[in-house]
Amino acid sequence: MRRRALREEPLIFERNQLRTLRQGVLLPSLDVADIEPTAVLPPDLVRDDVPLWPDLGELEVVQHFHRLSQLNYAVDEGLYPLGSCTMKYNPRINERTARLTGFADLHPLQPDDQVQGALALMWELEEALKTLTGMAGVTLQPAAGAHGELAGILMIRRALEERGERREVVLVPDSAHGTNPATAAFAGYRAVEMPSGPEGTVGLDTLDRMMTDEVAAIMLTVPNTLGVFEHRIVQIAELVHRRGGYLYMDGANLNAFVGRALPGRMGADAMHINLHKTFSTPHGGGGPGAGPVAVSEALLPHLPVPRVERTDDGRFRMLWDDPSSIGALRGYFGNFLVLVRALTYIRAMGADGLRAMSDVAVLYANLVRHRLRKAYHLKFDAPSLHEVVFDDNRQAVRDVHNTDIAKRLLDYGFHPPTMSFPLIVHGALMIEPTESAPPEEVEAFCDAMLSIAREAEENPELVKTAPHTTPVRRVDEVRAARQLKTRWTPD
Amino acid sequence: MHPWIGAGHEDRRRILDELGLGSVDDLFATLPAEVCVDRVDLPEALDEGTVLAEMEGLAAANLEMGAGPSFLGAGVYRHIQPSVVDAVLSRAEFFTSYTPYQPEISQGTLQVVYEFQTLICQLTGLDVANASLYDGATAMVEAVLMAHRVLRGARDRVVLAETVHPIYRRVLAAYASSAGIEVVTVPAGSEGRVDLERLRAAATEATCAVVVQSPGFLGVVEPLAAIAEIARSAGALSVEVVTEAVSLGLLKGGGSFGFDVVCGEAQSFGVAPGFGGPHLGFFACQQSHIRQLPGRLVGESVDEEGRRAFCLTLSTREQHIRRAKATSNICTNQGLMALAATVWLEAIGGTGLGQLARQNLSRAEALKARIAGLGGGWRVAYPASPTFNEFLLLGPSSGEELASRLAAEGVLAGVPTRRWGGSWPDGLLVAVTERNSAVDLDAFIAALGRVS
Amino acid sequence: MSVPGDLKYTRSHEWLRKDDAEVVVGITQYAQEQLGEVVYVELPDVGRNVDANEEIGTLESVKAVSEFFAPIAGEIVAVNERLADEPNLVNDDPFGDGWLVRISASEDGDLLEPEEYQAFLEEESH
Repeated sequence: MRRRALREEPLIFERNQLRTLRQGVLLPSLDVADIEPTAVLPPDLVRDDVPLWPDLGELEVVQHFHRLSQLNYAVDEGLYPLGSCTMKYNPRINERTARLTGFADLHPLQPDDQVQGALALMWELEEALKTLTGMAGVTLQPAAGAHGELAGILMIRRALEERGERREVVLVPDSAHGTNPATAAFAGYRAVEMPSGPEGTVGLDTLDRMMTDEVAAIMLTVPNTLGVFEHRIVQIAELVHRRGGYLYMDGANLNAFVGRALPGRMGADAMHINLHKTFSTPHGGGGPGAGPVAVSEALLPHLPVPRVERTDDGRFRMLWDDPSSIGALRGYFGNFLVLVRALTYIRAMGADGLRAMSDVAVLYANLVRHRLRKAYHLKFDAPSLHEVVFDDNRQAVRDVHNTDIAKRLLDYGFHPPTMSFPLIVHGALMIEPTESAPPEEVEAFCDAMLSIAREAEENPELVKTAPHTTPVRRVDEVRAARQLKTRWTPD
Repeated sequence: MHPWIGAGHEDRRRILDELGLGSVDDLFATLPAEVCVDRVDLPEALDEGTVLAEMEGLAAANLEMGAGPSFLGAGVYRHIQPSVVDAVLSRAEFFTSYTPYQPEISQGTLQVVYEFQTLICQLTGLDVANASLYDGATAMVEAVLMAHRVLRGARDRVVLAETVHPIYRRVLAAYASSAGIEVVTVPAGSEGRVDLERLRAAATEATCAVVVQSPGFLGVVEPLAAIAEIARSAGALSVEVVTEAVSLGLLKGGGSFGFDVVCGEAQSFGVAPGFGGPHLGFFACQQSHIRQLPGRLVGESVDEEGRRAFCLTLSTREQHIRRAKATSNICTNQGLMALAATVWLEAIGGTGLGQLARQNLSRAEALKARIAGLGGGWRVAYPASPTFNEFLLLGPSSGEELASRLAAEGVLAGVPTRRWGGSWPDGLLVAVTERNSAVDLDAFIAALGRVS
Repeated sequence: MSVPGDLKYTRSHEWLRKDDAEVVVGITQYAQEQLGEVVYVELPDVGRNVDANEEIGTLESVKAVSEFFAPIAGEIVAVNERLADEPNLVNDDPFGDGWLVRISASEDGDLLEPEEYQAFLEEESH
């Protein structure tokens, strides 16, 4: 609980209301002739309006953002157990290497001979990801997981076209994250929902029935969004391949088994990796991420361009054109400065570190499962890997729901788990501790959850009216949608 | 054990005991043996010093733009980077936090995005802007897809000016067939702008969007009023793409001319060139299109005690709710880069941005004037066409050869255009920003002289 | 749970009221309660010809989207314009001012009587 006064911070547009001119940033002094814009540009194109935002001194700007930052919870403050988000520690060394001017001050269109270090870095990261997945090739281009999914599905579509086949359907389990069917639809496929079996996993009978020659691919998250490993994955992949389809693997939950198991051996044809999840690059309050995609031999020819190639003399070049490629899904080569952080992390952790990472992630999730079971309902009994999904069934009889539990957790100084997802668990609480925190932090989280369960029994109003100690209370989201106001305007 | 793994060996043993397990391997019993390995074939862990040395070695093997005078543009620009930007970005409350789904403890992030949205609206002259997209190229793709949706899929053609960045056009091509969209490209004319008559002829009742870039790829500013009218007459949506966001400090955004969408790349606002990423796509549109807006959106509301509070809104457009019917499949935006742009714009100030943009114009005009006086086969390709801070330079040999020889003279003189083909001569795109001093311009001219 | 006796119903929770050659359509009390506070309604174009059980629009709350369907075949002759500014009418008065569309009916559909809908609701909640 914050025991210091926090002033409410106005919008920047509300500062310096008289709009007096203060010195913001000192510009380089003008050592050429000052040109009047309307003398060289069509006057109707030249701005003639008054800027909406003020000019402020440097400290005023610093204070504005400093105060705003203090309204945020962050990984550096405490546990952030968001299921499927893998909110692990963002090592500080990553921030140093990403800021090296030899990386940050590079233009993407500089010729290959000027950027051999950058190309080598991308190559090394690709090789490391190939090793970690046991797969044949990697693209570093996608900007995020969802973007990687699209790349994977488009490569599959291209492979089918080369085979002279046109399949219309992609199968997606009902437990899947919304990006999966959204991606399939975006790529022109019909996303058909596959019901999960009683253990929350894909049933082979269901798959056998639904895997027709109309199906281009199945998109599976492994382990699934319940934190349960698809133990029949090898048979699933074999069945899909036998019927001429492809297996797309959503790698959001890779933190569960990295260093221990290889998606390549599971039969994955394409798998995206969220560097901002498994490989510690920061979430940044909503990005940037990076979603490289590892592919099997079958999809290798269709990797996006531009991509890095190694030449015979051990140097590197950027390949810009390849008729078999699906083309470019964004400008340039990828979120390069995010890739720098990921390679830094992989080098620092090493093979044993990466394996220990998943070991402890799974260990902590099982500790949470063990301690919270007596108080919270667990819908699926199957073993959990790196995340565990409870629901609010027991608390709902007192009209306390997962949202209330989440809001009450804020009062205890923790970020809530993921809620209301997967859709197959009503009132879900998806908890992923990750391996970064000390055991005492994970135990303190468990204590908080148990305390809230008791409150739900003995004093439900306290939970239903939470949070009580955050900078703002529950926000009226209905009003935000009904009375849309998405920008400041002068009155 | 490792510094970034919270539990040591004794801690793990204690937890295993509590769970009644012999070893961690017991927790992985559901993994079939055939997919498992004893150890992945990667090197062992390295201490910080060694990792840093390795990364520094890779960085040192690159020629960074700051090593000498640099005039590289073509969609990625080198502007001043005030120290406050990185200082704010380095605050852990901003960079180690997640998407603001719990508004009670994310008002910092939410308010920053609200300010960003407001700034983009003012610069573009439009009513609503989203929280950012991956980059300029994907922002353009999203605009085309939105136009297609707004017109209910009844019109399948996009009319695209050749003067839109070739990389953006390639990216659209990669998406177009999946989306059932046909792209018609209208060539550049002899003045380095899109050929307006051919644009008019191409925009028919089958067109869902007319897409132009201003300043265009060749640096020339387009007649936005006339283009908006062409789109309007055809019943199509008009889209302006901007790759050099600083130009909006001096030039009116398409919203002032009735454009439906203004989108593009805001990397110029305090985001490092970073060898191509992460960058910052921006997207603004008219209020009437808000239900089809891609990406995240922050709205203003109140909390239970009447305090002003911000939250994500209209989430029902997005994939986690709409699933197969989402407006796009974007999940992550570029939150930290939007923060960078917001800090940059607010530090420089509203008036300051106008002054900075004006410096860009003045410096580019100065260089153009000096080239005009050079002779020796050097000339500005479109001397009569208005430009902002970038222009096409022609010389005694091919753009690639010129770039190479000038680099040997210590000047990164520009981006060769030959790789992109197109209805323009083979030359160098030269960008001049506030970071190019008169000394830089002298060095540029002197290098041209030595290479003639 | 309110199930007015002068209306007909569907299994997708729409109600229908005959008004000469047209029918007025909305969603039931049960449906609006399940949905939560409606923030936006997407209505079909006037003049569109629809089949029975065809999806004709959506109702959005903050966290979910629900489609609604034409209970019978016909032409959309009017939509409730008030919902653009007052989507809350669907919650506040689902059988009255919260109506969605008017259809000029070309045939009768497979509809439920009030008692049948009531029974259906009881099944649903188990």
